[in-house]
This record gives sequence, structure tokens and C-alpha cells, in this order.
Amino acid sequence: MNMLIYLIPVALFLGGLGLGAFLWSLKNGQYDDLDGAAWRIMDDGDDRPG
Amino acid sequence: MTCCAPGSEGQVVGSAPSSEELMLASRDLGEGRRQIDLSVPGVHCGACITSIEKALKSLGSVDRARVNLSTRRVSIVWRQVVDQILVDPAEFIDAIAEATGYEAYLFDMSLDDGDRLQRELVRAVAVCGFAAANIMLLSVSVWSGADAATRDMFHWISALIAAPALIYGGRFFYVSAWSVLKRGRTNMDVPIALAITLSYAVSLWETMHHGEHAWFDATVSLLFFLLIGRTLDHIMRDRARAAISGLARLSPRGAMVVAADGSREYRPVEDVRPGDRVAVALGERIPVDGVVEIGASDLDVSIVTGESLPQAVVVGDAVHAGTLNLTGPLVILVRAAAKDSFLAEVIALMEVAEGAKAGYRRLADRAAQYYSPAVHLLALTAFFSWGFAGGDWKRAMLIAISVLIITCPCALGLAVPVVQVVAAGRLFKNGIMVKDGSAMERLAQADSVLFDKTGTLTLGRPRIVNGADIPSPVLGLAAGLAAFSRHPLSRAICWVASGPFPVFDDVVEIPGSGLEGRRPDGMYRLGNRRFACGDENSPGDADLEVVLARDGHEIVRIRFEDALRRDAVATIAALQNDGMALGLVSGDRPGPVKALATDLGIAAWQAATSPKGKADYCASLFAAGHRVLMVGDGINDAPALAAAHVSMAPATAADIGRQAADFVFMHESLRAVTLAIEVSRRAGRLIRQNFALAIGYNVIAVPIALCGYATPLIAAVAMSTSSIIVVVNALRLNRQRAEPLMSDAATILPDPAKQVRAA
Repeated sequence: MNMLIYLIPVALFLGGLGLGAFLWSLKNGQYDDLDGAAWRIMDDGDDRPG
Repeated sequence: MTCCAPGSEGQVVGSAPSSEELMLASRDLGEGRRQIDLSVPGVHCGACITSIEKALKSLGSVDRARVNLSTRRVSIVWRQVVDQILVDPAEFIDAIAEATGYEAYLFDMSLDDGDRLQRELVRAVAVCGFAAANIMLLSVSVWSGADAATRDMFHWISALIAAPALIYGGRFFYVSAWSVLKRGRTNMDVPIALAITLSYAVSLWETMHHGEHAWFDATVSLLFFLLIGRTLDHIMRDRARAAISGLARLSPRGAMVVAADGSREYRPVEDVRPGDRVAVALGERIPVDGVVEIGASDLDVSIVTGESLPQAVVVGDAVHAGTLNLTGPLVILVRAAAKDSFLAEVIALMEVAEGAKAGYRRLADRAAQYYSPAVHLLALTAFFSWGFAGGDWKRAMLIAISVLIITCPCALGLAVPVVQVVAAGRLFKNGIMVKDGSAMERLAQADSVLFDKTGTLTLGRPRIVNGADIPSPVLGLAAGLAAFSRHPLSRAICWVASGPFPVFDDVVEIPGSGLEGRRPDGMYRLGNRRFACGDENSPGDADLEVVLARDGHEIVRIRFEDALRRDAVATIAALQNDGMALGLVSGDRPGPVKALATDLGIAAWQAATSPKGKADYCASLFAAGHRVLMVGDGINDAPALAAAHVSMAPATAADIGRQAADFVFMHESLRAVTLAIEVSRRAGRLIRQNFALAIGYNVIAVPIALCGYATPLIAAVAMSTSSIIVVVNALRLNRQRAEPLMSDAATILPDPAKQVRAA
């Protein structure tokens, strides 16, 4: 029982971290051009997102 | 990667926007920098991205160039002044055309609002997914035996996680449910809103009283699945809309107004008043309706009226907005403001036609119409019968809620959008864009097809018929003259002839007649017979033919025909095999229309039809009980496209035609029509299967809930399983492969095999 006091907040925090990362990447426009991203990964010259 | 470059220079869609137009459309970012977003509908692979970005960045003025392959757009940030010289944005378009051969266009930024809603929906899905996953973990612990204080704590934590998710993700359903309830009706969102609210409230009450069961997990995962369906539905509509509005704009957004003192000013087209004088250069589209005041020219009116031959205009003739000025500069006296033009008339006709069509209700809505009252009734019955029978009103409430949760249209909510998104994705890969899901439902019902001629069955672009009979030096002579003109017949000659061409001096273009040029051995003329040979008795420009003459003596006669769209013959045959009734309506003259109808074997044809006539014809077919698919491209087709049960337009269509159409196809091939019909029908079948699955699930699950055996675990498992089954079934659409269309994007090359006499 006692360890739950730590484990549950830790689990929620980690999940929240993932959620935050997703929302950040969404806001950052990383899902704006999924088709293009698939091609760009093969282009050596392009290393600049956004 | 050679998929892009070759041949794409053949794509002739109106004229590129002018520098003034581009400046008008760009945004000022401050510090002397501007940004413009251009639409390049031809972009379709990695090589295109690289070559466009490289070409733009190699221009000294460009700070940033980024191609978005999903929306087929390029956004360019550039410095306005480089080395004290003002940068001309038209050079970006030239650079793109040079690097890839694709044309770039402006598009309407005002249509971008849908993007915001999409992001909100995706965010809501993410939040609800996070909440659902965490609550489910806690619930599993409860189900596996946590009890007393631990269970209470888990329930409390679940409640804390669920509350914000419910508000954040549920608002879409609450708002929608409230707006229909206000008007005294119900839709699918009402039982959803009711179920999630009630189940949350009761779960909270249970938690406070140390109850054994709570429904937080079911509440949130229900919301999660429904939001996925909602998001998919929205993304599909939005993506198609962005792609459609991103294509060529055929109505100019500004006009060069000439003031009384001769000064010129470029103004947005809305600010042009009747009485203004507007200068229209060669190759520009006429921005407003008016009368020619100075000059003479030939106009390409095919996109406006469907007439395939260029029309000669002289001083005093009326001209319509949207027509392309081919052979001479004009000054036009504006007769009507943009909002009162011919185009505005067509838009008014379209609105009338769309109003008549609005009766169609989407399949999901029709299902909801019966489903949601039934669900409410069922839950209410369960509540009262358990209450009166057992006397335990709390238990009755719990059972009523589990009925609501189990019957909640989770699978139904996914059944339609998932199939439609998969189908739209498949069509998109084949160059067909779908405006919304109901378009596919309507296309599956179509039993007759109505075609427009110019630009739809034919490409509206003339090709030489007797090229093989003409010696190549003679053709070279003609091409040497034709190179000076933008007239479609001249371009067709240049297209066929191989250089180098002989050089002419003093070439002049006489609008409505042809070209005249001098060489040491005499005066050459290329144009209609009356002009070239000085023969006053000849019928003039009634035929698609051009005569090359030296000093009034005919050297050669070049005949033309309108090139048939690729696979037109095969498509017509396939449609006839399918039992579809076919028809042809065109604004063109009866001669060419009849010839084409006979060649293709279409019995029902109408020529010289006005926009209103086309729309009326559609309406009369509809009144006779036919579900009409209209395929057309011009401004004059727009009312008919709106009036038809479902409609399709090629990407080269006029702006307004594309907006009116439910489907837009990018490729030259007409096989898009049969492919769209086939995929739509299959999607319709899968949707019906999904409905059957969802209803079958309810038939099993509802009695369990009614009998009071639906613990939260059973509700959650049943709901997820039904959703997953529905999704998996929808994905079957991808597995069965239809024959793919060719992958050469928007390239339009003349096809030597199939052509048809146009005159």
C-alpha cells in the first residue's frame, strides 16, 4: 500500500510527460506534413525541421 | 526519380498570377520580409520537394522555402529588397516551373480555418487517450482484487483524471447535443452526452459511498473512441477541401485599373467599380464583366461557356470575367462590379440548386434518427422496470446507465467515418479527392452519368489531325510564325513541329484573323482562309483549321481536332456495361457535340445549353427518379454540378466548378470516374456490414445489461471489442486492390491513340 503513494504519481507523471511531448510536437507543426516527412528522411541534405 | 519532370510543361491551365497579384496575396512579416504560400498541385514525391526547395533557395532573396507534400503547398519567406532592388515574387513561380515543370498558383487563405478545429480534436483525442489508459490501469487493479481503502483511492484518482478529460474532450458532444436539443430534436450526440455525464455522476456517487463498481474507465474510453471517429471524419473533409481550394484559381484577384490621366493602379477585384477602365494584357484572364473599349483580341471562352473555338472580340463587344485574353491587349470599360457579374449569376443559380439538394441526410444521421430514441427508451424502461420490480432504485439507476453505456453508438460512431476515411485515402492515392463522406454515399447510388464536353470528355486543347501529311520544313515555317502567338492553335503547331524554326521579321498578330510575317522570299500569313488567302467568300473561322499562305497563295492547310481525354472511350464503355444511363450536355455548338456523342455512342446529347439549361436538365432527370452523377469542369457547369445528386470535376476545372463538385480528379484519365464509383460502392457495402456488426453486438450485449449482469469490466471489454472489429473490417477496403490509375500526377500529355473530330 505504501509504495502506491509513490508509484501512482510516478506513473501519472510519466504518462503526462508523454502527453505533453505529443501536444508539444503537435503545436510545433510536426504532423503538418506526414507525406513529406516520409520522403525527407531519405534526403541527405535536409536536416532542418520547420 | 524521373517521375516528375518530363512532359509536365504540357500542362496549360490559364495564366500564372502576376507580380502585383502575388504581392497582394503575401503577408508582411516585418523587417522587410514577406511570406507567401503557393499551391503546387503537381508535387507528389521526394524529388519534387528537393528540387523545388533547392531552386527557391538558390534565389538570393529567399530566406526560407518549405514544401508541404500533404497539402501540396510551398511556403516562401523572402527579403523584399536585395541589393537595393525590389524582388519580384513572380520569379518564384518561374523558378518552380524551371526546376520541375509544375505551375504554381495562389490559393484562398480564408479557407484555412478548418485546421484549427482539427488540431483541437487531435488534442482532445490525445488527452482522452491518456486519461483512458491511466484509468484503465487503475481499473484493472480494482478488478484483480483491490478492495476497501485501496479501491476507494483508485476510484478517487480515476475520478480526478476523468473529470478534466470529460470536460476537455466531451465539449464537442455537449455543444452539438445542446444545439439540437434546443431545437427540439435529437442526434447521435445526445445519448453520448447523456451517457458520459450520467455514468460519471453515478460513479462519483458510488465512490463517495465506498461502492464496489465505478464506470470511470467506460466513460472515458467511450469518449476516446468517439473522438477518434469524429477526428477521422473531420480530417478527411478538411484534407480534401484544402487540396481542392489549393488548385488553380481561374478568376483573377486583382485588376489593373487605368485612371483618366493614364496612371495605372493594381486593385483587388472587389474594389473595381462600374465605369472604371481595366487594362488586360496578353495571356491574362479578364477580371470583370465589361465592354471592350480599346483593342481587339481572341478570347478563350471554353471555361466559361464550354465553346471550344476562341472567340474574336472587337471594340463594343461584351466580355465575361474568367475568359482568357489570347491575342491582343485590351482596355475594358467595366459594366458591373465583381459581385454583379455573370459569375455572380452562376453562383446564385448554384445556391438555388444546392438548396434543392439539401434534403439528403448522411447515413450516420439517418441511423441516429432511429437509434437514439430507441436507446433512451430502452434505458428508461430498464430503470422503471427494475425500480418497480425490485424496489431498489439505486440498482435500477446503475442498470439503466450500463444499458446506456453498452448501447452507446461507439461502434456506430466509428463504423461510418473509418470506412470513409480508408476509402477517401485510397481515392486520394489515385488522384481523386473527395469533399466529404456523404459524397461517397451518394455516388454509390448514382444510376446515370451526365458529361460535359469541352474540358471534361475532351481536353479542350486542339491537336493537329493531318500532321503526317505535312512535310516538316513546311510545318517548321508555320511554327516559326506560330511561336509568336498564344492562340491555342498556334501552340498546337509549335508543340508538334521540331526546331529550329525559320526566322520571320515584322511579325504582327491580327486578332480574329491570324499572324503575318515577312521573309526574304515573300509575305507569309498564318490564320483563317479569309485572312491568309484574301478569299472573302470562305466561311472564315467556323472550322478548326489554319492556312499557311505566301503572298496570298495557300501552301498548306492544317486541320485540328479537340483531343479526347485519356481512357474516355474505355470509361464510357465500362459505364454502359454497368447499366448506367449516359448523357452529354455542352455549351458548345451542335456540330462538334453531335460528332463526339456519335463517336462515343452516347444517344442523349444537348448542345448550346446555358448554365441554367444544364441545371434544369439535371433537375428534370432527378424528378424522373434518376440519381445523376454530373461530370463537368466549366463555370457554366457549376449550377449543374450543384444540382446533380453527386458531381465530379477534373482538377483543371474553373475554381467555382471545383468548389461545386463532390469529387475532383487530378489525373488526365477519365478512369477516375469508374474508380470512384467502384470504391464508393465497396465503401457502402462495408458501412452496411459495420452497421450489421454494431447492431449484432447490441443484440448480444443489451440483454446482458438489461438483466443486470453488466459489470464495468464486461461493459469496457464489449465496447472495445465491437469498436476494434468495426475498424478491422473497414481496413479490408485497402486489401482488395483495384487496378491503380497511372501515377503521373497532374501531367497532361497529348495521347496519340485516342482523338475525336471536333468539327
